[in-house]
Amino acid sequence: MNIIKKFALVAGMGALLSSAAYADGLQGKVIGFSQIGSESGWRAAETSVTKAEAAELGIDLKFADAQQKQENQIKAIRGFIAQGVDAILIAPVVATGWDEVLTEAKEANIPVVLLDRGVDAPEDLYLTSVASDQVKEGAVAGQWLISTVGDKPCKVVEIEGTVGSSPAINRKKGFDEAVAAVPTITIVRSQTGEFTRSKGKEVMEGFIKAENGGKDICAVYAHNDDMAVGAIQAIKDAGLKPGTDILVVSIDSVPDIFSAMVAGEANASVELTPNMAGPAFAALDAYLNNGTIPPKFIITESKLYTPADDPQGEYDRRKGLGY
Amino acid sequence: MNRALRPLVATTAIFILAYMAAILQFPNMLSTRVIGNLLTDNAFLGIAAVGMTFVIISGGIDLSVGAVIGFTTVLNAILIMWVGLHPFAAFAISLIIAAAFGAVMGAAIHYLKVPAFIVTLAGMFLARGGASVLSPDSIGIKHDLYTSISKSYILLPGGGRLTIIAMIMLAVFAAGIILAHRTRFGSYVYALGGNETSAALMGVPVARTTILIYTLSSTLAGLAGIVFSLYTSAGYSLSALGVELDAIAAVVIGGTLLTGGYGFVAGTFIGVMLQGLVQTYIVFDGTLSSWWTKIVIGALLFMFILLQRLVFSASTPTRNVFWKT
Repeated sequence: MNIIKKFALVAGMGALLSSAAYADGLQGKVIGFSQIGSESGWRAAETSVTKAEAAELGIDLKFADAQQKQENQIKAIRGFIAQGVDAILIAPVVATGWDEVLTEAKEANIPVVLLDRGVDAPEDLYLTSVASDQVKEGAVAGQWLISTVGDKPCKVVEIEGTVGSSPAINRKKGFDEAVAAVPTITIVRSQTGEFTRSKGKEVMEGFIKAENGGKDICAVYAHNDDMAVGAIQAIKDAGLKPGTDILVVSIDSVPDIFSAMVAGEANASVELTPNMAGPAFAALDAYLNNGTIPPKFIITESKLYTPADDPQGEYDRRKGLGY
Repeated sequence: MNRALRPLVATTAIFILAYMAAILQFPNMLSTRVIGNLLTDNAFLGIAAVGMTFVIISGGIDLSVGAVIGFTTVLNAILIMWVGLHPFAAFAISLIIAAAFGAVMGAAIHYLKVPAFIVTLAGMFLARGGASVLSPDSIGIKHDLYTSISKSYILLPGGGRLTIIAMIMLAVFAAGIILAHRTRFGSYVYALGGNETSAALMGVPVARTTILIYTLSSTLAGLAGIVFSLYTSAGYSLSALGVELDAIAAVVIGGTLLTGGYGFVAGTFIGVMLQGLVQTYIVFDGTLSSWWTKIVIGALLFMFILLQRLVFSASTPTRNVFWKT
């Protein structure tokens, strides 16, 4: 994920997000999508959102699930080229080993868009890449906390993702840098919850014991929603009210965090959108129909959701996506 | 027609029928590009499957193939990128290590009288674990030789490409066919698979042949690893997971008897191509789940096991009587 740094240089792509600007531009186009697999709920949601977006735009989407194997992805891409598709989307399983097949696509004049992960290949081999900015996700969560607590002193505990993983490093960096600007907000404890619900609960239990039965904790920041849901359980077990006594902010926006918001137990979640295909299709539309070259790195919006944003509606909208 | 050739004829007929059915639905499937892709994309599987054919004809099994491929890709990447060796030196070292690995497994199978299943299972864990210890991350290989190999191919009429790795696979199949059917080693392998005791009584050097069979299989797996690293220009410890099972499937679909003593290297080629064809069809269709590949391969395997039963019970004159009068 070293390209994340480059993402920071790129301006928001708000204009590209509205596909209405290019009415039925991709109608009838054949687009191949080589997906990694369905290893996580988010991945499954990305697949179903991509299929839905394609159906809406009238795209004939050729979908290939690689079952976590690069060789299957390369085979699928070669198959797409042989078929003569109009464009190819790839969510690459590893960063290396794409030069040859991407060159083949380039020679066949088929534009390639990378989704949500980058590759170690020359930039001219693909049209653009669509991904989220993990540092920004953490920063948005930090900004929300700053605007919520104002100048009151606030002790924050942080539940980190898997040690060494890029989302854990970047989401910590973004949040820590944001709150460092406000001297009244201090991160008192930080520990890994390995992105799982059970570990998140365990870590929060430890924090509560260490911080005067939880009375000294003002807010908890979890690197993903699953750990936040675990933390909410731990707060309830300690006899405190999550969302009121201890503020809960996390990242991902999975359906469960919205049901927690409906119950008043979670305060904010920054979305890692599964809709990587929307901006990709918009960029392809502009490229195929008008010849517009999109920026090399398109960053998806890191939208903040709070209980004011119709959490019940958001829950209903997401629950069928496969999370 | 020779009864023994029936499974081979059946596989070939199924392949041609399946290909024709696919062309009727997607005319683009009949292009040299698709044929070139079938050969290139399945080159590593084909090379490993040649070794597997010898192992299975001899009545054994080699589960370490996929792991040896993964190990070789990582070893190659490390030798070229970190140690700075020329790729050809790295290839030689990789092949020697793979060959030695196979020889040790063959010796363990013969002298310790341990089933091949167990020994090669241990080999699989060792090789996969070793690869992950060397480097858990994928290492990109950047070398002029790699670039020039991936850029050199014979352009077929219609835009298809006969790549170097596809040619390596075809050469390995040709050599495998000669080795199996035209050499003394080949007839020893068949004899061993037919019946080890009678083979020994007939003067087949059982120890040497067993060790050579597993050495051959591992060396070819090492070669498949080199081809895989050329294919992806990278070394990754988790690459080629489960390829041993695809290779076994290709061998059985190609008409080789799982109990040994009977089979064809050429059939394995059709078995590999048939698997590639199913995958290509699914990509062309674009709506089917890619897990249908597994279901189709499973159904084909089952069909061939049944077919072999029928052919072989028909060739041995045993009378099936339900009651005696």
